[in-house]
Amino acid sequence: MKFALPIALVVAWFAATATGAIKSYQLASPQAVLVEVSDLATRGVLWTDLGASLERVALGFALAALLAIALGALVGASRTAENLLDPTLQAIRSVPSLAWVPLLLLWLGIGETAKIALVAIGAFFPIYVALSSAIRGVDRKLIEVARILGVRRLPFVARVLLPAALPQLLVGLRIGLTQAWLFLVAAELLGASRGLGFLLTDGQQIARTDEILVAILAFAICGKLSESGMKLLEKRLVSWTDTASVPG
Amino acid sequence: MNAITLRGVTKRFGAHTIFDGLDLGVKRGERLAILGASGCGKSTLLRLIAGLESPDAGEIDVAGEIGFVFQEPRLFGWLDVEKNVAFAARTAAERARVPEVLALVGLTSARTTLPKHLSGGMAQRAALARALVRKPEVLLFDEPLAALDALTRLELRASLREIVREAGATAVWVTHDVEDALALATRSIVLQRSPGAVRAIEPAAGVDVGVRRALLAALGVPA
Repeated sequence: MKFALPIALVVAWFAATATGAIKSYQLASPQAVLVEVSDLATRGVLWTDLGASLERVALGFALAALLAIALGALVGASRTAENLLDPTLQAIRSVPSLAWVPLLLLWLGIGETAKIALVAIGAFFPIYVALSSAIRGVDRKLIEVARILGVRRLPFVARVLLPAALPQLLVGLRIGLTQAWLFLVAAELLGASRGLGFLLTDGQQIARTDEILVAILAFAICGKLSESGMKLLEKRLVSWTDTASVPG
Repeated sequence: MNAITLRGVTKRFGAHTIFDGLDLGVKRGERLAILGASGCGKSTLLRLIAGLESPDAGEIDVAGEIGFVFQEPRLFGWLDVEKNVAFAARTAAERARVPEVLALVGLTSARTTLPKHLSGGMAQRAALARALVRKPEVLLFDEPLAALDALTRLELRASLREIVREAGATAVWVTHDVEDALALATRSIVLQRSPGAVRAIEPAAGVDVGVRRALLAALGVPA
């Protein structure tokens, strides 16, 4: 049943391009896209671009996750850190993240660093917000158990706060990863010589809708795979929660 | 020799005074039940002893390690029974005691079970094991049976009685149930809300009246 709509869409796409109702410079046919996929793959271009994009997402997301987990844990666990850092971070968060692009380009140029930084900015806030609010929301009753046992500050964060906040942290990571892909497209559209976003702009400049569609398909598959991967991770890591399904 | 001493303890929540200069001593090895209607400050008294609340005035001395069992098991959901109990262990010797306390509360076969799969009574036994692992000198119980069904309640009450007696610890039980108090304690006090603050009275069995009757009368239950 869930495949009915996608199949219908592909059939309609095929019909519209085969009958000439839509011209190929507007939308390439499904078979043209398949040919383009195999062409790009055999020439190795597809793998270069895919590899470049995956590397940027992986590095940007890892950087964001590290920073967001460190700051989120600090702000969630310490009032002082919360008063010191949270208002500023919330203010920065209210800036639409793409507004940082001109500054990033001025500071870092249009090289890899700027792209990775932009991906990291996009992925940072969902993770940070999820973790800091999850830690602040940890059941007071569990905190009292740790207090009675005299658990010290660092072990308390590591053994009580972080595990208790893990389900929401994983949801934050999943949203952060989706954001990372979104910001990757933005970064690569701004200027890149390789990457799936480059494939998009290249296809636009030489008016090849089949190339654009290959890039879009690749993005869809990468996004879906990373989302499924995160969901699998959630299922494995937080199977202890007493709810019917994974939150979020 | 007192295990627990309260001298002139005053506790207010905002403008509301709960205790005003309360004195209380619990002898070493004694098992004290604190009875009272709900909302009379029983739990607050226990939390003061445990250090979860601080008094506005007065002194509280507790000699030795405290083990606390709450009304809810308060287990860490991400740890199995054994790891929940081991959470309280600080030394290798305490960690080595984990199997022993698990056996004591009858949870050896459930040691790898996650809390979400435990029944109410089993979860409360795990919480008890966690409280026992450090061999505390003082055990504090805040209505440990209140959330259980009648049969489990009787079963666990009997185990608690044995285990606490065996441990030889000083115990304080907060309960609203006279039968629990009679089964578990060597001495009972009743907290009464009088004009102003709460006072603690100790009903004694008279010539023509038993302890049960005296406690019920102090709780305001008509004979």
